[in-house]
Amino acid sequence: MSSYELDARRMLCPMPVIKTQNKVKELTVGDILGVICTDPGALSDIPAWARINGHEVIDTVEKEGEVIITIVVKS
Amino acid sequence: MTQKHKAIALISGGLDSMLAVRVLQEQGIEIEGINFYTGFCIEGHTQAIRNQDKEKQKRNNALWVAEQLGIKLHIVDVIQEYKDVLLNPKYGYGTNMNPCLDCKIFMVNKAIQWVKENHESGFDFIITGEVIGQRPMSQRMHTMPIIAKESGADDLLLRPLCAKNLPATKPELEGWVDREQLHGFSGRGRKPQMALAEKYGFTGYASPAGGCCILTDKNYSAKLLDLWDGRGNRDYEMDDIMLLKVGRHLRPKGNYKLIIARDAGESQYLEDYRRDYSSIQAINHNGPLAIIDGDIAPEDVEYAASIVARYGQGRDVGDIEMSYSVPGQLMETLHITALSSEQVLKDWHV
Repeated sequence: MSSYELDARRMLCPMPVIKTQNKVKELTVGDILGVICTDPGALSDIPAWARINGHEVIDTVEKEGEVIITIVVKS
Repeated sequence: MTQKHKAIALISGGLDSMLAVRVLQEQGIEIEGINFYTGFCIEGHTQAIRNQDKEKQKRNNALWVAEQLGIKLHIVDVIQEYKDVLLNPKYGYGTNMNPCLDCKIFMVNKAIQWVKENHESGFDFIITGEVIGQRPMSQRMHTMPIIAKESGADDLLLRPLCAKNLPATKPELEGWVDREQLHGFSGRGRKPQMALAEKYGFTGYASPAGGCCILTDKNYSAKLLDLWDGRGNRDYEMDDIMLLKVGRHLRPKGNYKLIIARDAGESQYLEDYRRDYSSIQAINHNGPLAIIDGDIAPEDVEYAASIVARYGQGRDVGDIEMSYSVPGQLMETLHITALSSEQVLKDWHV
C-alpha cells in the first residue's frame, strides 16, 4: 500500500476527474491517492466518479481556495 | 438468452443516452458508459466561475447519469484529437461552428478504438441515444447509416430509442436484444422521451432540449472565429477554448484582444493566466482583471488600460492608476483616464 498525490490545480472539471481516473489505473488495491484541485466542482465530481467505479473517498478538505480529496483504491 | 451480452454506451449526460441505456438494461444487457471530453462541453463548473452562478448546482451530468443507471463511466480526454474534427469537418458545420455529424462519427469510432485499447474483455456492440430527426444536422434518417459506416461500427451500432425506424442491427438479428422492446421515436418532440423517463422514474435529468456542446452557441462560435482571424491561423490550445468562455472579449485592434473579467469570480479565475499572458488591472480603485491575448504594441498599452478602466469603479475619476504586467517583467504603473461608454465601440465586442 502506497500513498500518492495528484496535482490537478488550475484544471476545470472534468479534467481533474480524468486525471484521477488515469492515475488510479496505475495504482493497486489499497493505495491511497490525494487529489489537489482548485475547481470546487471536483468536490462533487470526484466522489461521484469514485462511487461509480467502486473506490472510496476517505477525506475531503477545503482550504485556501484548494480542495483535497483522498481516495482509497478498491478495485 | 443464455449468454449475457455487453454494450458500451456513449453517454453525453443528457436524457436520450440515459434512456437508451435503461432500455437495454431492461433486457439484461450489461453496459458501461463512455464520455468524451472535447473541451467544448458545456459544464456547470465553467459557468460557476462567475459569481452569479456560484449557487447553481455543481455536477457533471455524465457522471450523474452513470450513477443513476448504476453503470461504470469512462471519461476520455480527446481534446487534441478533436482538433481535426473541428478544423476539418468532412460534412461541414451546422448553424454555428458545430461539426455535429463528423463529431458523432468520431465519437463512435473513438469508442471502438478505446475498447480495443483499454478493455480486456471487450464489448459486443455500441449504443447511442440518437433519435432520427432530433438534431437537424447529425440525427437524420440519411445520416444514421453514414455514422455507422464511417465510424467502423457498421451493424454493431444500435440506437435503442429509434431502432424500429432503422434496419435491424446484428444485436437484433442475433437475438442478443429483442427488437420488439426497442422504440421507434422520431422528430424533434420530446414527449416520448419524457414519458419514458417518467416510466423509469427519472427525475432531475439535464434539460432535455439542451445540447451539451458549446460549439452550437452563436456567441461562442463568433469568439472562436475571431480568435482564428486575430491570429491568422485556424488552431487553438486548451487555454484558448477555456478563455473563450470567460469574460467580455473586446478587440480594439486586429493584433490584440482584451479579456475583461465580468465579476470577482472571473477575475480570480483569470489570475492564473497572468503567468502566461500580459494583464491590466486598476491599482487605486476596484476594477476587473483583464488579460491581453495577442501582441499588443507598446504604444497601445495605455489605450488598452483606458478601456479596461471603463469597467472599474474609477471610471469617472480623472487620473486612474493601472498596473500593466508582462510575464517575467517588472510591473509597470500607468496613469490614465477611462474611456467614456461612447468611446468603447460596439464593434470591439466579440
